[in-house]
Amino acid sequence: MVYLDHAATTPMLPEAVEALTAALAVVGNPSSIHSAGQQAKRLLEESREQIAATLGADGIEVILTGNGTEAVNLAIKGIWWQRQTPARRRILMPAGEHHATLDTVEWLAQHEGAVIDEVAVDEVGRVRLDAFESALGDGSSVSLVTMLWANNEVGTIQPVEQVARLTARAGVPLHVDAISAYGQLPIDFHGLRRVTDAPGGAGLVALSASAHKIGGPAGIGALVLDRTAAVEPLIHGGGQQRKVRSGTQDVAAAASFAAAARVVAARLDDDAPRMAALRDRLIAGALDAVPSARLSGDPDPAGRLPGNVHFSFPGCEGDSLLFLLDAAGVAVSTGSACQAGVPEPSHVLVAMGRTEADARGALRITIGHTSTDADVDAFLAALPAAHAQAARAGLAARATSFDR
Amino acid sequence: MSGGVDSAVAAARAVEAGHDVVGVHLALSRNAGTLRTGSRGCCTIEDSMDAQRAANVLGIPYYVWDFSERFKADVVDDFIAEYSAGRTPNPCMRCNERIKFAALLEKALALGFDAVATGHYAKIVEDADGHRELHRASAEAKDQSYVLGVLTAEQLAHAYFPLGDTPSKALVREEAARRGLSVAQKPDSYDICFIPDGDTKGWLAEKVGTAAGDIVDRAGAVVGSHEGAHAFTVGQRRGMRLGTPAPDGKPRFVLEVRPKENTVVVGPKEALAVALIAGSRFSWAGLPPTDPATPFDCDVQIRAHADPVPAVTVLDGDELVVTPEHPLDGVAPGQTAVIYVGTRVLGQFTIDRTVSAVPAGV
Repeated sequence: MVYLDHAATTPMLPEAVEALTAALAVVGNPSSIHSAGQQAKRLLEESREQIAATLGADGIEVILTGNGTEAVNLAIKGIWWQRQTPARRRILMPAGEHHATLDTVEWLAQHEGAVIDEVAVDEVGRVRLDAFESALGDGSSVSLVTMLWANNEVGTIQPVEQVARLTARAGVPLHVDAISAYGQLPIDFHGLRRVTDAPGGAGLVALSASAHKIGGPAGIGALVLDRTAAVEPLIHGGGQQRKVRSGTQDVAAAASFAAAARVVAARLDDDAPRMAALRDRLIAGALDAVPSARLSGDPDPAGRLPGNVHFSFPGCEGDSLLFLLDAAGVAVSTGSACQAGVPEPSHVLVAMGRTEADARGALRITIGHTSTDADVDAFLAALPAAHAQAARAGLAARATSFDR
Repeated sequence: MSGGVDSAVAAARAVEAGHDVVGVHLALSRNAGTLRTGSRGCCTIEDSMDAQRAANVLGIPYYVWDFSERFKADVVDDFIAEYSAGRTPNPCMRCNERIKFAALLEKALALGFDAVATGHYAKIVEDADGHRELHRASAEAKDQSYVLGVLTAEQLAHAYFPLGDTPSKALVREEAARRGLSVAQKPDSYDICFIPDGDTKGWLAEKVGTAAGDIVDRAGAVVGSHEGAHAFTVGQRRGMRLGTPAPDGKPRFVLEVRPKENTVVVGPKEALAVALIAGSRFSWAGLPPTDPATPFDCDVQIRAHADPVPAVTVLDGDELVVTPEHPLDGVAPGQTAVIYVGTRVLGQFTIDRTVSAVPAGV
């Protein structure tokens, strides 16, 4: 099988599998006082430090969570509950955020009186800084700002540094969801705080990451929390992890996460340009084979994730293309959020000003650490026939020859 | 694959027959519920997961295809429009006609498939010349040939009903259990899938709105009031809350719904009897009769679970006219009449004209 859906999840790195199985044999709760506990604790904290190092943070700043979505929830709800006052109810975010963010802020709006302020994005999905700046104002009415580092559907990289600087200046905390960027772009939490002159508790204070997007295991994520960030915990209990996230810690998952993080960080300088070259060849080849295809997101290679390709194929249904490519042995995605496999029109594309009909023909092809030239060749070989057939099937959702 | 036991076993049999099978679940609503409730057997995320589990057990690929727009336009909106016009539609039939064996079939054919197989209880029989005929299922109690009566020769050419020969649903459940399908004991569904709690009246009131109107007898005397004529169906007896009893003390039934006047006409059971039904929207399920303009013997069935009644049918101009051997009860305009010859479905039409068996005033 040709796997080109790395944005969904990535194959586990051998190093991560090895670290996981080795650590599963370690006995001991890292919170126990005896030697067994201390052994487990050592492995856990070494792992935490290694993960932190790949994000430009200190070990103590890394809260390990059950997944990326939990990290996002903890950041947004945790900061909201610490910061909100009757005069400070606004949550600022760009349009087209991930559902982990969207559904969390919508919940806060419905249950806690938060006021969502969605800032417009341009036609490639990048937040409009002028609009953001005016929405932020002096920051006095804003409880927090949250944004993706890079869009998970169309791969557009956001102006994180500029937003971090604006929030630092306005004294507003910023959470960045870096889940899709992690392992594809260099991330330096402390560096960003430094260059944006972030004061305590404001500017970039929280950043989410997930292990399975970088060749680690599913079931573990991380929230980098600056020491000055005030966050209300979502889970109460034994007080582990700065009392922000109670619960017995998963040493084996942490060790596996750390192994993947080490490998990916060490390879990033070579791997990012390698993936970008595969991406650019895939984009060029697909446009060559199907001239009507429309690339979504930033056409400038520097503005999109090295592993992201996103096309709309007018007249085709994304799910038809997905099916036909799957039958040809190529795994890709329609890119939008699914509910038990039911595709919704992508809110990201709609936010970028695209029509719902346009959004129906969306296909996301994502490259990762295991991708090769042969994968790109296989996709380009399968695309023309799949496209031709999907175009014939495209009208079935509207009218059919069986209608009478 | 709806997530029910029938389509799961149908898929299993298609696989076993050597076909290259792909499981498809139809997404018919953009905001599907999470868990199955009551007697609805489809359309929730739980049902979709049940379908996927069955596909997994069978080792076939599984996809969800979104037909929610078509379903809304062709089935749900049609259902509302028909009721608003005082007719009684059959949404399952409409779904077979417009979605399963039209939109889905068309897409499947375009994607390289040969046929749509479903878990319907009905048989396809080929005559000596290879023409396909639609017949009643072996499992009489579960026979669904009525709701498939809308299929044309072109649609039947690509339809496949692996359960048609099974003598009973119990055997299908047994087979599901034997095959390790988790839906073996899943309850049957009865309700209309897009009406969440089975409350058709309440659902229609929400969609169409309510408006107080009169309930009158056949002489036009007001005998009660209602909150919307669309909530009534010809033949209905309950739910009229008539204060005054009928002069003869007998129960009263809905005889007619007049949406334009927002009036419901009631009367005795005898007045429901219909001597003739006719309609000009008809189709033949396979080869048409050689000379439909000459009256021919058949059976007519006017509801999914009604008994077939011997009748004589004739095509009179562009109208199909059916005279049953004895009067039919509770015929509502908008209902579909399916014509059988023996076990074979010959065709169907939408009833838009009836002739009462009882002179007015009786």
